[in-house]
Formats: sequence, C-alpha cells, structure tokens
Amino acid sequence: MEIPLSNKAAILPRDRSQRAESAFQIIILLSALAIVVLLAAIFLSLVLYSLPSLTAFGPSFLVRKTWDPVTGTFGALPFLVGTLLTSFLALLISMPFSLAISIFIGEYFKRGVVSSILKNVTELLAGIPSIIYGFWALFVLVPIVRGFQMKVGIFPYGVGIFTASLILSVMIIPYAASIGREVITLVPSGIKEAAYSLGATRQEVITKVILPYARSGMTAGILLALGRALGETMAVTMVIGNSNRLPHSLFSPGNTMASVIANEFTEATASLYVSSLIEVGLLLFLVTMIINVIGRFIIKKISIGA
Amino acid sequence: MSLFRVRLRIAKDIGFKAMVIVLSFLSVAPLLFILFYVIGNGLSSLNWNFLIEIPKPVGEIGGGIVNSIVGSFLLVIIASLPSIPLGIAAGIYLSEHKESKLTYWGGLAVEVLQGTPSIVIGIIAYLWVVVPMGGFSALSGGIGLGIMMLPMIIKTTEETLNLMPDFLKEAALALGVPYYRTMLRVILPAAASGIMTGVLISVARIAGETAPLLFTAFGNAFMNWNVIKPVNSLPLLIYNYATSPYPEWHRFAWGASCVLVGFVLTLNLSVRIIIKRWKVRF
Amino acid sequence: MESAVLRTVGLSAYYGDNLVVKNVSLSISEDRITAIMGPSGCGKSTLVRCFNRMHELTPGAKIEGQVFLKEEDVYEMNPITVRTRIGMVFQRPNPFPMMTIRDNVIAGYKLNGIKLNRSKRDEIVEASLKEAALWDEVKDYLHKRGTFLSGGQQQRLCIARALAVKPEILLFDEPTSALDPKATAHIERLMTDLKKTATLILVTHNIAQAGRVSDFIAFLYLGELIEFGPKGRLLTTPKDKRTEEFLTGKFG
Ligand SMILES: Nc1ncnc2c1ncn2[C@@H]1O[C@H](COP(=O)(O)OP(=O)(O)OP(=O)(O)O)[C@@H](O)[C@H]1O
Ligand SMILES: [Mg+2]
Repeated sequence: MEIPLSNKAAILPRDRSQRAESAFQIIILLSALAIVVLLAAIFLSLVLYSLPSLTAFGPSFLVRKTWDPVTGTFGALPFLVGTLLTSFLALLISMPFSLAISIFIGEYFKRGVVSSILKNVTELLAGIPSIIYGFWALFVLVPIVRGFQMKVGIFPYGVGIFTASLILSVMIIPYAASIGREVITLVPSGIKEAAYSLGATRQEVITKVILPYARSGMTAGILLALGRALGETMAVTMVIGNSNRLPHSLFSPGNTMASVIANEFTEATASLYVSSLIEVGLLLFLVTMIINVIGRFIIKKISIGA
Repeated sequence: MSLFRVRLRIAKDIGFKAMVIVLSFLSVAPLLFILFYVIGNGLSSLNWNFLIEIPKPVGEIGGGIVNSIVGSFLLVIIASLPSIPLGIAAGIYLSEHKESKLTYWGGLAVEVLQGTPSIVIGIIAYLWVVVPMGGFSALSGGIGLGIMMLPMIIKTTEETLNLMPDFLKEAALALGVPYYRTMLRVILPAAASGIMTGVLISVARIAGETAPLLFTAFGNAFMNWNVIKPVNSLPLLIYNYATSPYPEWHRFAWGASCVLVGFVLTLNLSVRIIIKRWKVRF
Repeated sequence: MESAVLRTVGLSAYYGDNLVVKNVSLSISEDRITAIMGPSGCGKSTLVRCFNRMHELTPGAKIEGQVFLKEEDVYEMNPITVRTRIGMVFQRPNPFPMMTIRDNVIAGYKLNGIKLNRSKRDEIVEASLKEAALWDEVKDYLHKRGTFLSGGQQQRLCIARALAVKPEILLFDEPTSALDPKATAHIERLMTDLKKTATLILVTHNIAQAGRVSDFIAFLYLGELIEFGPKGRLLTTPKDKRTEEFLTGKFG
C-alpha cells in the first residue's frame, strides 16, 4: 500500500468535518486564483478598451507628437517624454539622498536612537498621501521655482517638468532608502571584515566593498523606485502644468502618462479619445509591470543568495 | 605607505561620514517641512463646525468637510468588505502551498498589482463599475480602492504566517484538530496582530488615495450615504479645492489636509505602538 | 507475549525520494513503555510520526506498509480520529501561546468545536492536570496564559493537554531534551505513573533514561529496526554489534 501525500489525504470527503476541510481548501485556492484572474482581467480590459485606438493609430501612437482631441489625432510621445524626463530627473536628484540614508541606517548606525528615529520618520512620511505632497508643491515649490525662473530669465511658469521632478524626488526618497538599507544589510559581514583587516578605512569599505557588492541590489532598488515614480499621479498632476505639447526644456510644462489620464479622463467623451487615454494607461501598466517584475526578481535572487 | 597618504585617507573617511550624515538629515528636512507646513496652515481652519458641516458655496464663510469624511469612511468600508477576507484567504494559500504553481503565479500577480499605478486602477474601476452602472458611485470608488489594498493584505498575511513556528500547527494537528480548524482557530489568532497591522496600514494608505477616485467616486458637494451615488472623499476635496482659484477654498483644503494627515499618521503610529503589545510571544 | 495495541508491518517512510524508515515491523505492548532509541538522524521521530499520521503532513512525505491500532489499519481511518486516539508530546514544550492554561488543557475539545458544560470542563481540566502532576502548581492560575510557566511546567501542561482527550497511546518525542535534570526527573516519574492510563512510546537519546522508565526498547539504526526486546535483556546482552556499540557510546 502506498499513500501519496501532503495534506490532500486529509480532505477526501468522508464526514462533515472533512467537507469543511475541502471547503476551506477550495476557498483559499479560489482566492489565490482570483488574484491571478484579477490581474489578467485588468490587462485584458485595458487591451480591449484600447482596441479602437490601437487599430486607428497602431505603433505610430508611440511616436506621434500631436495629442489633439479636437481633430481626433492622438499620439502619446509628449507623455512618454514627460514621464521619462520627470522620473529620471527625480531619480537623479533623490539618489544621493536615498543612498546616504541607506548607508546611514544600513552601515554607520545600524542600531541606536538616531537611526531608529530616522527610520521611523522616513517610514511614517512615506505614508503621507501624495495629494498632500502635490498641494504643498503647488503652494511652496511652484513659487520658489517661479522666482528662480524670473531671476535667470526664462518664462516663469513655475509649474513644469522640473517642479514635478523635485516633488517626485522628495516622495521617492523614503521608498528608495528602505530598499537601499535592505540591500546594504544583506552584504555579508565576512567580506567587510576582510577589508578592514587589510587596513581599509570605513569609507573605503563602503565605496569599494559594500557598494560594489550590493550593485545588483542597488540596480533593483533604482528600478523599483523608478516604477514608483513612473506611476505617481496626483503630486505630478498638480504641478506639471498640464500641457500636451512635447516639452522643449526641463522647465516647460508638460504631462506624464499618469497625469494626462488624471486631467482628461472625465472630460473625454469621444470614444476614440477615451480609448487613446486607456491605451496610455495600458502602456503605463506594462512599463511599470516590467520594471517591477525585474526589480523584484533581482531582489529575490540576492536575498536567496545571502 | 607614507604618513601623508594615511592622513589623506583618514580625512577622506571623516569627510565621507560627515557627508552621509548631512545628506541623510537634509533629505528628511523637506519631508518634515511639508508636515509642519500642512499642520501650520491647516490648524487655523480647524474647529468643531469644520468637522460637522457640509461645504458652502464660494463666497460664503464657513462650511465643513463632514460629507468628505463620511464619503471616505464609506469608501474604506466598501473597499475593506471584500478585500480583507479575500486577501487573507489568498495569503493563507500562498504561505501554505509553497510548492504549487498557483503560488508562484499568485505571488507574481501580487507584486505586479502592488506596483500598478493607482490611476490605472481608477480606469479599471471606471470600466468595470461606472460604465455598466451608467454613473459615478461610491461603489466604483470603493472597488478601485479595494483592488489597491488587496496586494498589501495578501503580502502581510503571507509574511506573518511564514513567521509562525511549525510547532504551533503540529501541536494542534497532533491533538486531532482538523487542518482547517488549526488554521482558523490556532494559526490565524496567533498571527492576528501581524495581519491587523497590514490591514490597518493598507486602510491608512487607501484613505489618502485620490487618483482611483477621480472618475469613480467623483466627488459630491453634498452629504451622501447612498453607495450607488457619487461621494466626496477627503483627498478628492483637497484636490478640487487646492486647484481652484479661490484663496478661501485653499484655506479650506489646508484644513482638510490637516485632518487627513492627522488620520493617516495617527493610524500608522498607533498601529506600530498598540500592535506590539498584542503580539503573541512564543 | 502481551497483547499488542500498536503494530507496524513493513513500514517505510520517505521524505521525497529519501528513505528514512526502512521496512520496520514492530509490536507495541499495551500499558507498557516502549523506548525507541538510536543515534541522531536515524529516523526515530519519523517512525513515531507515522504512527499518528503526522508524517504525511510534511510536503513530499510518503509512507509504505501498514500500521495497526488494535487491528484497525491506521491509514484506512480518518487521520483526525487517529490523532485523538494517539496523542503526542513534542521535544519542545508547545502550549498554545494565546490560550489560558485552562483552555490549553481542553484545547483538544475547544479546537474541535466540542462544547463542554462548565462542570464537565472543570472536571476534565482538574483530572488531566492532576494526571500530569501539575494541578497543585497551577490551580490558582488557570485563567492566565501558559507562557509564564517554566519549561518543565509547560511540558507537563502539554502532557495534560494530550491526556485530556483520553488517548490510548501517547507518543513522547524526546520530551525531556529541552529540560533541566530536575524537570526531567519529574517527567520521568510522571511517565511511569501514566502507564496505568495509556501505552507510552518514548523516543530518547538517553540510554539511562530508557533504562529508568521503559519496559521495552527498540533500537533503530539508519532507519532499520536492529533490535527489539525487553529492556533488561537489550541493555545487558544486546545481540547485535551495532546495538552494543551504541550502548557503549561508540556513536550517537
Ligand atoms: N522535513 C524533512 N524533510 C526532509 N528530510 C527530513 C525531514 N525531517 C527529517 N528528515 C531527515 O530524515 C532523517 C531522519 O530524521 P528524524 O528526525 O526522524 O531523526 P531522529 O532519529 O528523530 O533524529 P534526532 O535524534 O536528531 O531527533 C534525517 O536524516 C533527516 O535529515
Ligand atoms: Mg527526532
């Protein structure tokens, strides 16, 4: 006699408690399945409702510069450019800061009051809604940027790509820093000690041993932070200036994929217009999905390795 | 090695540390500044009437945000009702069937859902609920927010259950307790504090979401308890008032921001403090 | 030979493809203490976990052969019934941390959804705790959580919990290896007393312990049952060289 096993053996229907047993198994199975189905349904709905736009414009949707609801011509290039500019700029601005926090709590002050305060404060602030960041940016950052623009003699919009990047960089610091800390603490102490025993200073250990060792983790952290930045909607919407023209400088107003949807979705009535906005949503969904999956994959790989 | 080079390296070491410390505190500064700015601007608008009245039209003095508070409350309830049980059940599956294919795909789906921009979830709630129902509603907004909280609940459930020691389950099973009862009556209660943390933090999170509500819950200047009618929520109110041209509306929005931030921070803080006490120690 | 309450026929157990219990045939006598000994990793725990169908809960685990509980094939029975009739006490004391001492004792009823009226409940709690020699120490703290108890007390609480559902057989998997000598002595005395109520199967590393409490000893080596017999004979005149080497401390 052989009993092939796992807890399945316990769920052969026999009496009432075994019926409850199988009901429980089925419920949790269906719930897990529901998540996969939900994601598939999200993707399929986006594709389905993008079809009019997909068939009307094809791949040229990605490279066309005009987005004109009046004539019914839709090209997403301005938003792709706007999204890439704001996200990368934000990443660039925030990088030294998030790296510093990661090193601070991941290496210099692993324990202790200061680092726990810093950690808790950043975590709490990461929980502040993005609408608040947007509101603050609109009333504090925009006038500052406007003042700067007047001083250097460019048109003082105040709002625009640069302002959006600034607030975005503030918003992603806590997120990037927490991934950075995780990655840094994964570096095995053995190789650090080896470097110290050779007479290296702390700074040399950090820049020549820890950071290179944590390189792939850092890449993952950057990707995940990028994924965050790409999809951030409200704060950007409030300060980017809502212009559908291709931005010609960092200070020009623009739109990101997320902000154009936020700004125009309720006004869109023509079906091709709605469909084009949904296609922008589909693009955003796909891009963030790919970035997140790659980032998570790297993180998982290095945490198993450690 | 020359003494000079050693000195140089030590100087670099000190300089680097100083830079790390300065940059770290610099990066917290704007965050704290935002917090104090909101509180500083908002506190003056706060009074009892602000919390219990509905907004007044432009030009009239006074009014309050009670309809937005009620709306936010409704939305959170609608989101939580299906998402909490579904998320916990899915989390149980993911932690109990580590080898299964579905766990692999489910885990991936959770990651992707968590990274999905909230505005995209808004589109989905619009397509799935607003379009078939023919109008904006609290229901559609709640469903959007519910989708947003799912991955967070699933993840914390899975992670908390993974931390449960095997001996707990063995103790119950060896007493002849069926597997499902072991999970429901032993493992889940022991994991309750962890799961609650995840649930409350996800509530704090969706309570501040705006993007999925723009074209679902939509906003409403009046009091509404009806789930198939549009409702206002605190973030929606802040958005609409902050982007309006009227200074008195801006003040109003600062007041609402203060309430929202207060709610979110209190929830986050108290979760961290209270849950620690509840935690079952092994 | 006395009547066998538990009998295995050609029992083998696997983790995945890894065979860890090899073709074991064994008869356990009623109301006696049978010790299962052998070096670490030889499959003692796995063997006893096959008796109450705990082994199958490990993913990838597999079983061949038969286990009879009073002529009934355990693997034809409902696993839930098997586990109420064959209780188990683990190496590490594992009271339920979120339950009071009282609820821990009647956990077998509570968790199975069996309602007890107050007097019945109190009766079971008192009787089980007395049997586990813990009553006097905890009778005033029944409403408190069991986690403040000492390790030895926690282990006796676990024994009371197992006894409360009135099992015919009690499996002890190294019940004293996490305890100090005094608590160990206490548990050993308790085991000898429990012989009146149930058949005991004791997994142990400790030769002296087996000598003190057991009636029969089974010696397991690399998953095989090498020798089985009355304690006196096995400890003084082992037939197999491997048993002798184990007893003289050559390995394990
Ligand atoms: N969950 C498991 N998965 C895979 N292999 C296992 C598992 N548990 C135990 N094993 C293997 O099965 C063999 C027998 O283990 P078992 O725990 O039964 O030994 P034991 O005699 O009880 O040892 P000890 O005296 O250390 O408790 C060991 O080689 C062990 O590595
Ligand atoms: Mg063992």
